Parts: sequence; structure tokens; C-alpha cells
Amino acid sequence: MARIGFLEGSIHGFLEALEHALESEELAKRRGLLQGLDPRVKLLGILALIVAATTSQRLTVIGAEVLLAIGLALASHIPLRTLMVRTWLGALAFTGLIAAPAIFLTPGLVLWHVPLLEWPVTAAGIRTAAYLISRVETAATLSMLLVLSTPWTHLLKALRVLRAPVVLVVVLGMTYRYILLLIGTAREIFESRRSRRVGGLDTGQQRRIAISAAGVLLSKTMYFSGEVYLAMQSRGFRGDAYVLDEFRMDRRNWSWLSLLVAASAGAMWAGRH
Amino acid sequence: MHIPDGYLSPSTCAVMYAAAAPFWYGSLRRLRRLLRSRVIPLISMFAAFSFVVMMFNLPLPGGTTGHAVGVAIASIVLGPWASILAISVALVIQAVFFGDGGITALGANCFNMAITGSLVAYAIYRAISRNRPIASRRRVAAAGIAGYVAINVSALFAAVEFGIQPMLFRDASGAPLYAPYPLKIAIPAMMAGHLTIAGLAEFVLSAGLVAWLQRSHPSLLRTTAPDAVEDVETSGAGAFGWPAMRPMLVGLAILLLGTPLGILAVGSAWGEWSPRDFADAAGRRQIASVSGQQAPPEQVPQGLERLSSIWTAPFPAYAPRFLRSASFGYFLSAAFGSGLIVLLAVAADRIFARRTGSS
Repeated sequence: MARIGFLEGSIHGFLEALEHALESEELAKRRGLLQGLDPRVKLLGILALIVAATTSQRLTVIGAEVLLAIGLALASHIPLRTLMVRTWLGALAFTGLIAAPAIFLTPGLVLWHVPLLEWPVTAAGIRTAAYLISRVETAATLSMLLVLSTPWTHLLKALRVLRAPVVLVVVLGMTYRYILLLIGTAREIFESRRSRRVGGLDTGQQRRIAISAAGVLLSKTMYFSGEVYLAMQSRGFRGDAYVLDEFRMDRRNWSWLSLLVAASAGAMWAGRH
Repeated sequence: MHIPDGYLSPSTCAVMYAAAAPFWYGSLRRLRRLLRSRVIPLISMFAAFSFVVMMFNLPLPGGTTGHAVGVAIASIVLGPWASILAISVALVIQAVFFGDGGITALGANCFNMAITGSLVAYAIYRAISRNRPIASRRRVAAAGIAGYVAINVSALFAAVEFGIQPMLFRDASGAPLYAPYPLKIAIPAMMAGHLTIAGLAEFVLSAGLVAWLQRSHPSLLRTTAPDAVEDVETSGAGAFGWPAMRPMLVGLAILLLGTPLGILAVGSAWGEWSPRDFADAAGRRQIASVSGQQAPPEQVPQGLERLSSIWTAPFPAYAPRFLRSASFGYFLSAAFGSGLIVLLAVAADRIFARRTGSS
């Protein structure tokens, strides 16, 4: 199976990443609750909610945060199907696999024994698995809401509110832009190889193709680095980076910031030990 | 190895951010001093490259596939400080825009992969490749080993971070609040995947890319090999030269001097018995004592008796007959055997180098 699908699988992976980036941009342009807020409000408010979810020691509080996230998604016209495909299923599969053994391995009050295997299911084990899965799902959903409701250029500029250095904001912006370019280049390399392929490829050939593609990308990267630097210099770049700050806070934004921070503080208080 | 949000406690995340911060600051200062305005496009472009390379599904020997982080190749091409920044930026983009790895766990992920990985990979690559020529095969092996070890050290750090969670953070009922497994489970579970698949993927990518760069863009390997000698090893000349062989020969000489210590060992190795041991009462007692008190057969096994006389070694039992001193006999046997192996290796290298040159 891997023999048939290596090139196709790689191309599919690159296209999927590009599709996700385009979908995020499209959703960020919709008219909705989160899209209408200042990016700094969203960044601070959602970060506060993520921290509240990770500090909470009560499952009910984490569950309430999940409901809040779903409510925010619906009010922002972000389809739940998108959240399910891009976040919930992946996080559930990965974390569920890690959390499942804890149900049997964590010592505590035995509630039940698995028939035939006689593995003990403990109350502490169920709580542990529930903590892990619910926290991961909540934090991943909130992060995704931030990304899906904010154009990436605005999100990067909003990082300045966290006192991120200007140079970091510039580097992140440039990196994101060239990631999309290099993904496109990698896709073209694999596509051209696929169009010239006759018959199957063994593992060694697949590996050589992957390494050669990575090598070509590396040499292009270094070439682009020089070219971009020259282009920056030609525009007067002398090593100092600047970011235009066009964000304006109005009463509505202050209200939502207060609301999200208050919700986070409430969750932290309610989720205490 | 990208730790999501919710696996580590907020206090662990804060500690990991604090641990990573000096490295970020130091790297940025050092690079701005060296590269000035060139640092922004270089780090940005390489971070983009690292991100895309992490998406590559590498086919591995045995039919499986794996993803590499690309930390070793970043350290080899850029040096460790630029690599720290480039991989950190790639991890930030992954966490913020693509949801791979948590935002609260970003400090831990950067510390494990970008910082630890870059420094370990660089140290190992430099230690193994030393001043060998840019085109040396040793550099390919050094890159592969550097990638393999770096990713495993990074995984070990992540496993320890997971493993300390249940020791420190539990709810009122005693249930672990974050990563649930203690160190004795977290470390083997994490390392099993990295010592095999993830480590192999990193080995393949690092070694493969260095081999590719040696042929296509050797200048990119110069940054971290300022003292590389100019001659090309592929000609075969110098592969067994004195400077390269010196550490190995010194170690060999020390071992040779220590060989008489072998006389102090009593008894014989299990299964290495001669027909005489089966006939001798003391020998039979020894065989029985090391075989769970199971008595050896009364007669010498026929096959053993027949085949053992086919070849008579010149130095039986490491004691040449013409020498009276057992210690010197041991030493002479070791010197003869080691010398023979070195000569065979040199001859094989010459033959291989000639074939490579003619093809």
C-alpha cells in the first residue's frame, strides 16, 4: 500500500496543509462575533481561557469551557464540522490512545473488572483520563477558534500586546509566508516526479526521492534567503523591524475583553482544589 | 513529541518558558552581532524549511514511515544558535497556526526540540566529524548519529516532563491531573518510539541531506566545519592516515597492554570446551557446575572429537608453545590478532577506494 501511495500521499499532505491555510483565511473574513473583535482582545481572552482550562481541577468547569467554546464558534459562523475534523477527532484519537491505559493502570477504588482480561477499571483512572482528554480538547478548540477567526497577519501583530519583540513578529510573518511558498514548491517536486513515474517504487527509491526533494528545498531556502535579504536592502532595510499598529480598541472590545477575562478568572476560581 | 496543551501543569509550562528564554535571548544577541540585518531572512527562511521538512513522510527501512524534526540538519547548516531560533519559530507557527503542539507547552517543546536538540546535534556532529574533509563519508555518519541522538535526548526530556506530573499534581481524590504516567512508564513508552521509528527518521534525513549537500552544495556544510581539511576523502588517500587512526591505535595499545589480565579469569567460557575437558575429571566437574549441575555425557561427543582435530591453531589457548611466560604469550596473541584485523581492514579500504576511483 505504501509502495503505491507514497508520492500521492505526500502530495495530498501538502495540498491539505494549503487547503487548511486557505480555509482559515476564508473563515477569518466572515462576519461573526470573534471576527469582529480586535485581535488583541481575542488573543488575550482566549489565552486566559486556555490557562484556566489547564489549571482547573474540576471536570465540570472544563466542560463549561467546552460549551463556551462551542457557543463562540456558532456565534462566529465557524462550522462545528470544521472543528470536529481539524481538532476534535485528531485530539481524541491521539490523546485517547495515551489516556486509555491510565484507566487500568492508575491505582484507586476498583469500580469494575474487564471481562476475560480481568483488568481493574478504577475511579481515579477514569478521572485521570477524563482530565487529560477534556483539557486537550478544550485548549485545542480554543486555539483553533483564535486561528480560524483571525487573519494571520493580524494575529502576528497582536502578539505585540504580549510584549513579543518586533523582530519575532517580523520573523514569524516572513516564515508563515514562505512556508506556503515552500509547501507549494514541495508539492510541485513530488507532482513532477509522479508524472514521470513508470511502475512502483521500492522503499529505497521512495527514500531517495524524499531526501532529494528535501535537499532541493534546502538549497532553494538558502537561495531565497539571500534574494529576500537583497530585496529588503533595496527597500531600505537596515536591520530595524517595524510593525504598523492599526488596531483600535472601542467600548465593544473592552466589554468583550472584560467578559472573557472575567470568565477565565471565574473558571480558575471555580476549578480550585 | 509535540506536547499539546493539557499534558503539563501550568507551573511546569512556566518553568520551561523560563528555561528556554535565556537561550532565545542569547541566540538572538549572538546572531545579530554576527549577521546583523541578514539574520531576519535567514532565520525566517530556514524556519519555513524546517516546518515543511517536518511534513515529509519519510519511508524507512522495514516498510514503515516516520516524520523527522530536522534539528540536526539545521544545526549542521546554520550552527546551533541560529538553529535554536529557526526550529523555535517553526514550532511557534506549528502551535499557533496548525494546532500541532500546545501554546502553553510551547516553552517545553522549544526547550526539548529546538534548544536541547540543536545543542546535542551540533556537539555530536562536531565531535565525530572533527576536521575531516567536507566530502568525507564520516560527516554523513556524524550527521545521522547526531540526528538520532539529538531526537532521543529531546524525547527523554519530554518523557521526564511527563513523568514528573503525577508525582507533583493530583486532585483531592488522588487522581493525576495532567500526564498520568510515572517516570517508570513514561520514559520507556516515549523512548520505544523514538529509539526506533522517530530516531531512524531523523538519522535518514540528517545523513541523507548531508550526503546530498556534499555532492550538490558543499559550501553549505562549511559554516560548522571551519577547520575541515581540503583534500577529498573519496580518493581513499588519508582514510587510514596516522592522524585519523591515532585515537584508535592508542586505545588499541592500552587494551593490548591489559590483555594479560585475562589470565586472572578462572574456568572456561561456557560451551567452549575441548574433548580433553570431557575426559578430565576436573574439567567434567567444571562443566557440570556451570551447567546447572547437569552432568556432561560420559563419552566425548563424536562430532566434537572428529571436527576438533581438523585445524590446529598456531597459538592454542593464547599460549604459543615456544614461550614460557603465559603473560607474554597472551600479549603476543592479542597483538598478532589485532594486527591481522587492522591489516585486513586497510587492505579492504584500499581495494574499495580503487574500485570507487575507477567507477
